[in-house]
Amino acid sequence: MKEIYTWSAILAIVFASVVGDVLLARAMKQVGDVGDLRRRAGLGVVILRTLGNGNFLLGVVAMAAAFFSLLFALSWGDVSLVAPAAASLTFIGNAVAAKIFLHERVDQRRWIAVVLVAAGVALLAG
Amino acid sequence: MLSHGMKQTGSISLNHLQGVIFAILNPWVAIGILLLLAFFATYMTALSWADLTYVLPATSFGYVLLALVAKFLLHEQVSPMRWLGIALITGGVGFIAGGPSLTEHPHSSTKIPAGTSPRESGEGVLRANNAGVETPTSVER
Repeated sequence: MKEIYTWSAILAIVFASVVGDVLLARAMKQVGDVGDLRRRAGLGVVILRTLGNGNFLLGVVAMAAAFFSLLFALSWGDVSLVAPAAASLTFIGNAVAAKIFLHERVDQRRWIAVVLVAAGVALLAG
Repeated sequence: MLSHGMKQTGSISLNHLQGVIFAILNPWVAIGILLLLAFFATYMTALSWADLTYVLPATSFGYVLLALVAKFLLHEQVSPMRWLGIALITGGVGFIAGGPSLTEHPHSSTKIPAGTSPRESGEGVLRANNAGVETPTSVER
């Protein structure tokens, strides 16, 4: 029973952080090239425009949800299971979500990289 | 440079959360929070330049630095499985950067049309990349 709790919490982490990452990425694409914008309008405008972006705020909320899911998961399961499982599944989920929702061109090279990094993170964090 | 700083801050603050936080409480926590903020800011900046599927694996290089810091500064034991993990991450990051020589230019994402030299001056790369990224909504706001 406890395992089911742990794994649902891990899935919640993965879901929330994937949603958060996609929203943040979309927000920053809407804000545009930060370096360019800063040269033209100054750092304050960059910060205001980022903080005022709806996707950014939603993304931060999703990230906070991911953090609290992590706390729940850690209260039910071992950190040596939760941390690597959540981290590596997040990488895979992000690649899929970026392809679907951000229309990024996830080619073979990126898939291989994502799988390698996810495996490496699982080994390192475990 | 940016990516280097990003990875360093990422690794150092992760390092905080895992080990140092318990030993020395207050000043370290403050530094950790500042570094996390800096990490977040640079992460958002990187996202404004490159794809999520590019930035995220590149950021994971922080795990590698974290393990190296743990070994050489904190003298922790790094098991063979962890070395394998380090090798896998390094390989993956190398893969996504299109060869080790490009790792310093995370914003020169693969969206750039083939033939654009990533070794141009920084601004040229940024412009080229900005034009190459598919951002139908980038002119909003």
